[in-house]
Amino acid sequence: MSDKKKSFDRRQLLATTALGVAAAATGTIAMPSILRAQGGSVKLGVLHPVTGALSYSGQQGRLGATMAIEEINAAGGIKGLGKIDPVLGDAQSTPEGGTAEVEKMNSAGVACIVGGYASNICLATTQAAARYELPYVVDVGVADGIVTRGLKNTFRFGPGFGVISKTALANLSAINDQAGKPAKTVMIVHEDSLFGSGLAKLLNAQLPQLGFQILETIPHPTPTRDFNNVVLKIKAQNPDIVIPANYYNEYVLLARTMQQQQVKPKGIYSVLGGAASSYKFVKEFPDAAKYIMDCNHWFDPRNAKAQALKKQVEGKGQFFTYEVYMNYSCVLLVADALQRAASADRAKLTDALASSTFAGHLMPYGPTKFVNGQNEGAAPVNTQVLDNDIKVILPAAFANAKPVFPMPA
Amino acid sequence: MRGFIPIVVVVAVLASVPLVIHSNVTLNFLVVALMIALAGQGWNILGGYAGQYSFGHAAFFGTGAYVTAILQVRYGVNAWIGFGAGIVCGAALGGVIGALTFRSGLRGSYFALVTLAFAEVLRIIASVAPITGAGVGTLIHLDLGARAFQFQSRAVFYWIILGLVTLSLVVARLIKQSRFGAWLIAVRENEDAAKALGVDTSSVKTTAMIISGAMTAAAGCFYAQYFLFVDSGIAYGTWISIEALLTPIIGGVGTVFGPLLGALAVRLLGEGAKLVTGDVPGLDLILYGAVLVLVIWFTPRGLIGGCAQVRGWFARRGRPAVPFINEAGHG
Amino acid sequence: MLSPVILIPAILNGLLMGAVYALVALGLTLIYGVLHIINFAHGAMLSAALFAAFFAFRLFGIDPYAAVFLLAPLFFVLGYALQRFVIGPASHGDDRNMLLVTLGIAVVVENILLLAFRGDTRTINVPYAFETINFGFTFLAVPRVVGFAVVFAVALVLWLILSFTDTGRAIRAVAKEKLGAELAGIDVAHVYAVTFGLGSACVAVAACLLIPTYYVNPTVGNAFVLVAFTIVVLGGMGSVPGAVIGALLIGVVESLSGLFLGESLGQIGIFIIFIVVLLVRPSGLFGARA
Repeated sequence: MSDKKKSFDRRQLLATTALGVAAAATGTIAMPSILRAQGGSVKLGVLHPVTGALSYSGQQGRLGATMAIEEINAAGGIKGLGKIDPVLGDAQSTPEGGTAEVEKMNSAGVACIVGGYASNICLATTQAAARYELPYVVDVGVADGIVTRGLKNTFRFGPGFGVISKTALANLSAINDQAGKPAKTVMIVHEDSLFGSGLAKLLNAQLPQLGFQILETIPHPTPTRDFNNVVLKIKAQNPDIVIPANYYNEYVLLARTMQQQQVKPKGIYSVLGGAASSYKFVKEFPDAAKYIMDCNHWFDPRNAKAQALKKQVEGKGQFFTYEVYMNYSCVLLVADALQRAASADRAKLTDALASSTFAGHLMPYGPTKFVNGQNEGAAPVNTQVLDNDIKVILPAAFANAKPVFPMPA
Repeated sequence: MRGFIPIVVVVAVLASVPLVIHSNVTLNFLVVALMIALAGQGWNILGGYAGQYSFGHAAFFGTGAYVTAILQVRYGVNAWIGFGAGIVCGAALGGVIGALTFRSGLRGSYFALVTLAFAEVLRIIASVAPITGAGVGTLIHLDLGARAFQFQSRAVFYWIILGLVTLSLVVARLIKQSRFGAWLIAVRENEDAAKALGVDTSSVKTTAMIISGAMTAAAGCFYAQYFLFVDSGIAYGTWISIEALLTPIIGGVGTVFGPLLGALAVRLLGEGAKLVTGDVPGLDLILYGAVLVLVIWFTPRGLIGGCAQVRGWFARRGRPAVPFINEAGHG
Repeated sequence: MLSPVILIPAILNGLLMGAVYALVALGLTLIYGVLHIINFAHGAMLSAALFAAFFAFRLFGIDPYAAVFLLAPLFFVLGYALQRFVIGPASHGDDRNMLLVTLGIAVVVENILLLAFRGDTRTINVPYAFETINFGFTFLAVPRVVGFAVVFAVALVLWLILSFTDTGRAIRAVAKEKLGAELAGIDVAHVYAVTFGLGSACVAVAACLLIPTYYVNPTVGNAFVLVAFTIVVLGGMGSVPGAVIGALLIGVVESLSGLFLGESLGQIGIFIIFIVVLLVRPSGLFGARA
């Protein structure tokens, strides 16, 4: 018996050791994108969750980034440095997946990484990149923790929670005041992970200070299969305004259920709503989408390049969603920094990003100004679905329509 | 003592890897693979040795991760002490769940689904309880240095997780050679017969669960220190429950090296699939799933059993009509 | 919160939602009862069925309720083939391997859907999707009410098949005592495949009933899988009435605990009830005593 055992263990031993060595060997072959390089001289990491639960947003983000890279390369690349060679990575909608991709991109010698999308992925990937002092531009992730860890390599182009909720509430007050203060009571319906909970916490703290009364704050999981009970509660308490903060699918279900139960508050004011400022939602549910307001990432409607890009994206059969133009802008930002640094050296690039005053992006932020990694000018805007289209209603400088509030019966 | 030689050899080989390979891509890959292997080792004690399949090992993983993270972030406890506390809590949880379920006589798939339910309950509570940060999760402050159990070098993390895996291999071997191990096998093969022979099956299973919980919790504590961010989906999500059962079954359930082999193999498969299929979203996962099915098709007793199959195949080739002695895939 | 104006609609909602769960669970309980495996691929099959229902409507204009008669047989065939030619041979009859094989298939199916159709969320707009029945103080969505009725019809059909047809008797024989059934001349591989086919057909019916009020994407089925597993075990694995009653019970529990504890924490109600019932009755409500 012991002989058999021993020989069997030898088998296990051989197998395990062989595998361990093979695994180590992957280190020398795990550089897929280099082998398929398009022959550029500056490598840029493009990291998004293109598979898994976040695949739609990830693929939109990748689309925006790659369109920007193609455009830059078509115009001859970066002055003095040559074309950009994209190194694409799939974060697989998890922090571990994102971290593994950062390692690969670092090995591949990228000058910078753009993307991440989800806050929990970004937290892990920026940290992994920080080990190598690899500059990392966060495209969307709104958690405040992303820029408060003192990581010199991390830059966030878009706004964080704090700014978003402050802007959202200030605008809500303004809209309410303008209409003669018809709204006093509020109900918040938010998804219960990082983005929804973080936002709800801030809203809960700030809304009372502005004179609003919060009737109830309802968290729900992602995914939620049914919103009938939530709508039941809304119906029973009859708030003036409903504030949803959730992802696209849940928002769609919520809106449809509200329509079914004939629940019509004075206003639906979403903050970072998954569907509220989505052309897809407006196109597919015109009735449920009418008059919904959102405080969200949005492009500068007066920017001709933005309008041109919108046409291009729609020409490809995709919707012009925020992941697209934010990533597009991030890539342009990095290209500008590379040009000013005149080098793909990471330290020089980090300095160039930190000191950048880039205005060639598509967002209503003004020139970039990074303080502790956060772009100070970044802010959301208010949109409203009017005439089957999404119009910007605030701030006035970028607006192309006036808010309609309260919702007509 | 003889039984430990393979462990020594394997660990020695693996320990020398960072001295030769400096690629952080590889080291990161191996660290994650070893962490999953540790979680799988825990599962294997309960599922492989005792035959009680658990679908909810995330309960232990997540408890280890959260306890470590919360103690550090909210109570300023030292990271190493937090790590130990996480393991203890995992073991305690194992005792609680074991006591509840085994004394009720839950078996087979019913037991498996109840463990899943426990994991889900914990996940839901973690997603709303203020102490875990609810939906926002718990972020461990970046503080590179041995005192905070965070290291600049991935190699150090590698050696630490390798050390933990080594411990688990030693424990697995010790159990196998002990009377306790015999009881576990008796329970696995025929629980009623074992009971009739006087084995206290409930205690035996519960003890297995305590050990199992401790090991998987250790993997969770390590996750927290390595990635520095924990939320309810990461800690208690089904992903880790699935990894914890996938790797031992693929590697060879009920064997000492099964989970380690399975973890390396499955992770390698994932990377290999990505290499081959490039950047098309989803294609690599299709390949991964397909190969998984094929691996099981051709090595039904896991990879270790597969080695036995190959050996037997060669043996049969050499001689005419020698009956293939089935080693039952258990080493 | 305790006012009947809210309680009664909540209970009604729970029952209607439970009916949806029941359809998903029926297929799963049949598969478990006979093959003794928890079918990890069930969620992916639901996603695939939803895509099928979506395209039946979008490309061919077939109304989801009509599509049932097209998709149920189609998925029966697919399920039969999957079990007969992939799962069965791959697992060599070993339960734990079947588990992993279905897991692998789940990954493959989900990502084929992703590759073919991207992650976009898709919905259909049928005219009756927003029609409601006025129940006094609440509106019940017509598609949900229809679903409720259909569940009982499907359960009845299944019960009739199992009780009175030769195939049904063969299925029950294999479920009870596989070796004996084999010795009696029953083709076990065929029976396994038929069972899997029936389970898949149930999933197709569930998809058709779900699609008017829900959405479609490659991972959509996963949201129902855990609840379905829970219901199957709660009701007693292999029991058709168990699946229906278990599902309605879970639906109501989910609804009420969501009402009192909030939608997030309320999900806990499902699993707590499940744990409690099983600790008291380890083989489920209608399961055979172990």
